[in-house]
Amino acid sequence: MKLETKKINTDVLIIGGGTAGCYAALTLSEKSSLSVLIAEKANIKRSGCLAAGVNAINAYIVKGRKPEDYVEYATNDANEIVRYDLLLSAAKRFNSCTKKMEDLGLVILKDENGDYVARGNRNIKINGENFKPILAKAVDNAKNVDVLNFVNITDLLVKNGRVYGAAGFSIRENTAYVIYANAVLIATGGASGLYKPNNPGFSKHKMWYPPFNTGAGYAMGLRAGAEMTTFEMRFVALRCKDTIAPTGTIAQGVGAKQINSKGEIYETKYGLTTSERVYGTVEENQLGNGPCYLKTSGITGDKDDSLLKAYLNMAPSQTLKWIESGKSPSEQDVEICGTEPYIVGGHTASGFWVDTNRKTTVKGLYAAGDVAGGCPQKYVTGALAEGEIAAESIIKDYKSNEKIEFNIPKYEKYFENNSSPFTVSELEEAMQKVMDEYAGGISVNYRFNEKQLDLAKEKIEHIISLSNDLRTSDMHELMFIFELKERLCVCLALIAHLKARKETRWHTFNENLSYPEENADFKCYINSVMKNGEINTFKVPLIKEEYYEHKN
Amino acid sequence: MSIRIDGDKCVGCLKCVDVCPGTLISEKSGKAYMKYPDLCWGCVSCVKECNVGAIKFFLGADIGGRGSSLNVKKDGDILHWNIEKYDGTKITVDVNSKNSNKY
Repeated sequence: MKLETKKINTDVLIIGGGTAGCYAALTLSEKSSLSVLIAEKANIKRSGCLAAGVNAINAYIVKGRKPEDYVEYATNDANEIVRYDLLLSAAKRFNSCTKKMEDLGLVILKDENGDYVARGNRNIKINGENFKPILAKAVDNAKNVDVLNFVNITDLLVKNGRVYGAAGFSIRENTAYVIYANAVLIATGGASGLYKPNNPGFSKHKMWYPPFNTGAGYAMGLRAGAEMTTFEMRFVALRCKDTIAPTGTIAQGVGAKQINSKGEIYETKYGLTTSERVYGTVEENQLGNGPCYLKTSGITGDKDDSLLKAYLNMAPSQTLKWIESGKSPSEQDVEICGTEPYIVGGHTASGFWVDTNRKTTVKGLYAAGDVAGGCPQKYVTGALAEGEIAAESIIKDYKSNEKIEFNIPKYEKYFENNSSPFTVSELEEAMQKVMDEYAGGISVNYRFNEKQLDLAKEKIEHIISLSNDLRTSDMHELMFIFELKERLCVCLALIAHLKARKETRWHTFNENLSYPEENADFKCYINSVMKNGEINTFKVPLIKEEYYEHKN
Repeated sequence: MSIRIDGDKCVGCLKCVDVCPGTLISEKSGKAYMKYPDLCWGCVSCVKECNVGAIKFFLGADIGGRGSSLNVKKDGDILHWNIEKYDGTKITVDVNSKNSNKY
C-alpha cells in the first residue's frame, strides 16, 4: 500500500472538532482573520461527547452565586487537587458562553421573568439534544474556518520544544496528511476503553463516555514531551446499570435518593462528593446490601413523562429500557452501578498541564476541554470557556513559525506487517483485562496495590510491543490500530501516576491499598513527562493564585 | 445494543454513514449497512438522520434488551419517538425540540 501525501498550510490547526474545538474555531473566526482548520476523525455534526445530546448545563453561575462559589465547590469535590486559576477563569465565562449558545439556537428553560430556571445551585435546564449540530452549523458558517472530517491525527510535529503542526491520515482514502500550522489547539477529549467495560460482550461500547474518545491527545502530547497532570484522579461515574446512562437528571432533577436493597438511604453514610457517591455504592454491594438504586418509585406521573423525554434528549437507551420493561420510573427504582474508570479532564483534573491561558508546555500548543487538566467539573460550558480562552491566547501570541519539513509517520508499515499473531480487538481485550485486574477496575472494586501496578506496567509494555506488529488492509482499520496504541500509551502514564500518589485521597478514583489513608505530603499535583518511552513523575506544589505562567 | 438498517427501506442517501461519530456504518451496493454492530455507542445520531425510517435502535440481550426497537420521525419541531415492542405493541413519545427538559 502506497499512500498519497497531502501537505496543508494553515495559520491555526484545531485537532478534534468536539465542543471545545468547535467553540475555539468560532472564537478565532470572530476575533481574528487567521485561517483555521479543524481536523476531525469523524464528522463534527455529532462527534465528541455530545453526539446523543446533553440534558442540562451543569456548570452555570445561577442567580445569587458567583464564580468563586463554583471554584469552592469543585475544589472540595476534588479534595483540593485543582488549579484555582483554571477553575476561576473558566467559571467566569460559563454564563457568557451559555448565552452565546442560546443565541445560536440552544433552547433554555426560562421563568415568567425571562430568567433561566435553575436546577439546584449550579445547573440550568435546557433541551440539549441538538447542542452539537447547533455548534457544528455555526462552524460551517464561520468565515476563515475549514473542516477536514474523517482525518485521524496521530502525531504532533515537534522540534526543540515547539509545535509546527500535525500528521495524520484519511480514514476513507489512501491519503496521509502533513498539516503545518503556526499554532495548534488540541481538543481531542478524554480516554475511555482503557479498562474492561461494564458490558464486555456485544454491548461493550454501551459506556457513558464516548468509546471513540481514545486518549489521542494525551498520547500525542506524551510522545511530544508535553507535561501532564493528575492522571491518577480517574473518573468513575455513578450510572444507570446496563445502559450506563447519566443519573444526574434522576438524582438532582427529581430528587431521587440512593438506596440499597433494604430500602435504606445510604448516600449520607459515605459522603456526597462525586467519588463518595460511587464508593458508597461499591461498599454497600460489598456488605451484601446490593443491588443499589436511585429511588424513583412513587414519583408523580408528570415526572415519569418528563424523565422519558429527558432521556430521549441525552441517552435514549434508558427510555427504551423503561418502556421495554413495561414499567415507568414511578413503578420501579433505577438500579445503579459504577462505570469503568475513564481519564477525562471535564470531570476530574487529568490532562495537559496548561497555564492560565491554556498553553501547554510545548510552545505553540494549546489545550482545551476534556484533554486539558487541572480544571475538574468544567463540563460542557467549561469546554466552551476553555476553547474561547485558548483561541484568545492564540490570537494574542500569534507569530509565524520558521519553515521546517517533517516526514510522514510510518503508516505504510501496518499494511506490510505479516507476522502479527493477534488482532486489534484481541490486544484491546488484553489491555482492558490487565487494567481491570491490576490497576483497579470494576472487578476488583477499583482497588489496587503497588505490586499490582508493577505487574500492570510490565504487562502493558508487553502488549505495546505486540501492537507494533499489527496489520491492516484498509485505512479505517488503520485508525483502530492507532486508537489502541493511544490507549496503551495513556495506560502507561496512568499506571505511573497511580503509583506516584502514595496515598488514598479519593475513594474509588484512586483507592490505593498500599497507602489506604490520606497523606498531607501529597496535597500537591502529580505531574509527568514521557522521555524515551518512560513516564517520569514528580510533585508540583498547589497553585492558588489567579494567574499561572509556565517558567520556561 | 446497536442498530439495524433495513436494506429494503434504505434509499442510499448515506447520511447515516456520514454522521456516525464512530464511523461504523459503511456503504455496500448503494445502501448503508452497519459494518461494526458491536462497536455502536447507542447515540442514535444515524436514526435521527434517516428520513425513511430504515434504521432501528435496539438494546442487546446482554443489557436486558427484550427485542423492542426504537426509531424517530421528525415533523417540524416535533420528534416522534416510536417504540415497537417485541409483541407488536407500538408506543410513541413526542418531544418538542423547542421545549426544554423540566428536570
